[in-house]
Amino acid sequence: MKKDLTAWLCLLPAILFLGIFMIYPLVDVLVYSFEEGYNFASRSFWGTGLYNYAYVLHDPFFIQALKNTFIIVIITVPLSTGIALLISLGLSSVKALRDFFQTVFFLPYVTNTLAVGLVFMILFKKTAYSDGLISLLLQIFGGPSVDFIDGPYWAKMFAMCVYTIWIVMPFKILILTSALAGVNPMYYKAAQVDATPKWRIFYKITLPMISPMIFYLVITGFIGAFKAYSDEVALFGTDLNAAGMNTIVGYVYDMLYGNSGGYPSYASAAALILFAIVFTITVINLMVSRKTVFYQ
Amino acid sequence: MKIVLQHLTKRFPNRNKKIKEDVIAVNDFDLEIPDGKLIGLLGPSGCGKSTVLNLICGLEKPTEGRIFFGETEVTDLPPEKRGVGLVFQNYALYPHLSVYDNIKFPLENLRGSEKLTKEEMDARIREVVSLVQIDGLLERKPNELSGGQQQRVAIARALVKMPQVLLLDEPLSNLDARLRIQTREELKRIQVETGITTIFVTHDQEEAMSISDTIVVMKDGVLQQQGEPQEIYDEPVNLFVASFLGTPKINVFTGEIKNGQVCIDHMPVLEANGQADREVLVAVRPEGFVLDENGPLSCGFVSREVMGRDTSIVATHGDFQGERIRAIIPSEQEVSPENGMVRFSLKPHKVRIFDAKTQTRIKL
Repeated sequence: MKKDLTAWLCLLPAILFLGIFMIYPLVDVLVYSFEEGYNFASRSFWGTGLYNYAYVLHDPFFIQALKNTFIIVIITVPLSTGIALLISLGLSSVKALRDFFQTVFFLPYVTNTLAVGLVFMILFKKTAYSDGLISLLLQIFGGPSVDFIDGPYWAKMFAMCVYTIWIVMPFKILILTSALAGVNPMYYKAAQVDATPKWRIFYKITLPMISPMIFYLVITGFIGAFKAYSDEVALFGTDLNAAGMNTIVGYVYDMLYGNSGGYPSYASAAALILFAIVFTITVINLMVSRKTVFYQ
Repeated sequence: MKIVLQHLTKRFPNRNKKIKEDVIAVNDFDLEIPDGKLIGLLGPSGCGKSTVLNLICGLEKPTEGRIFFGETEVTDLPPEKRGVGLVFQNYALYPHLSVYDNIKFPLENLRGSEKLTKEEMDARIREVVSLVQIDGLLERKPNELSGGQQQRVAIARALVKMPQVLLLDEPLSNLDARLRIQTREELKRIQVETGITTIFVTHDQEEAMSISDTIVVMKDGVLQQQGEPQEIYDEPVNLFVASFLGTPKINVFTGEIKNGQVCIDHMPVLEANGQADREVLVAVRPEGFVLDENGPLSCGFVSREVMGRDTSIVATHGDFQGERIRAIIPSEQEVSPENGMVRFSLKPHKVRIFDAKTQTRIKL
């Protein structure tokens, strides 16, 4: 008995903390999402049911946010992981200046998001004084003048994806370079003695050996991209609905605190829809990984 | 395939960058390995034997010297063009591939005229699998195998592409004692059946002695002696070879040659006709001691260890180099120390004399 008491006492801070900041809000969100016509001021509602979900799913702003989020996820997760893998392979095969390049590639990770946003503005935004660096480059090759920040949808999405990839890459490079360094060189020697072509060494040895790390990056990449919001704000400002670049998390935020906000029930319903999507994708990921990922 | 190493030297830049001088791992190494033999490359750790192996397979490039396989020079060929099979100390089996796929891996690399069909690959794999006797294990992953089984798979993978030379780096060091004896016999059998020129590296003299056709003893990157196991044991060219081979170790006394006799502590133990007077080291194999009440070698008796087949006497002597003398005598012989002393005479053919300064052999 006494032992039990000590154990509970030791657990108490964690339980309190998790209870107040994790479990209670989670339950609360679930409850909110089913309360119809919740009023912030009077803290009252007139019924329970699925109306909030129906509303959110019919809201064109939510549909836009859903579409944006999916496009960002589908484009940035594979691309950022792939490019990070290429850069890591490059890093692990050069000897000279490796530390220098490693530092350079890691810099975005420690740079302030808003500062990065500012730099991207200079690159992409059309102002009264300049067309933006990228647009100028495009024009050199005979392209049209494009405003990537306030222009057409595809241009904004392009800038958004470049930004997202650039932001998430350093962490992936860091993880992958250490994963590559962790492969025992004896396997490469064995493969070399057996006259294995380079691409085959990569495909048959390197890739399976670092597959757990790639899988980790893909899963966290998916989750992170589905939760994208701050990067969008950094590029397009806080009124994402007006820019047509809102994301699901952005929609949730707007429903709570935005100009048209004050609807915790809609926000909760949207958040739970996001949860369902992330959950499904993660389960699919796990199922795929069983066949492709090798754990030692 | 005959292998010839000519004046092979390998220098590495010193790890300690303050020291400009290179580390010489292999020094002017001359060796000719006859076709179809099992060669044991023997030496203490750090003597450069693994470097020699890496030079032969091409994973390292020699600083100087040349390597020939048969009549062809391979010095500048990359490892994949040399047609060698290499078994790593830790086997280096690809952990994510099944045993079957591991063995198939080298075959899938064959290109051009050597390219095999699936059926040919399968036939080759079945053949080598039955040679190393791992028939039931083909679907398993390496981590589901014991050390000995992994070893066999590694040998199968090295053999499946029919190399001209098979190289094994410390093939038995990761196995437990019982498995080691079993596996080394297996190694011998496989080598005899395939007839492939095989070189294996070991620091274990017993291992080298038991299965090699020829032993090559190395020390500090320099070849000390090459010969058949018994020859190296009986006729070591220097004190290092004499003490490196044989357990218990050979017993070394400081002594001298005086008036045509080898003396330890002024007592003549051996005839040395026609030899000039000088300081020598007298090395006696443990089985070279004979209990003899009137023997010239008087030693302090320490203990007697019964080992069943024979008895080991542990003793001391003032001119002995090292801690304890170990003499092995037949178990039926009684040991009766008088005043804590035992007396021995020596079997002349178990005693080897070395120059005290150069430590090279003096043939009597």
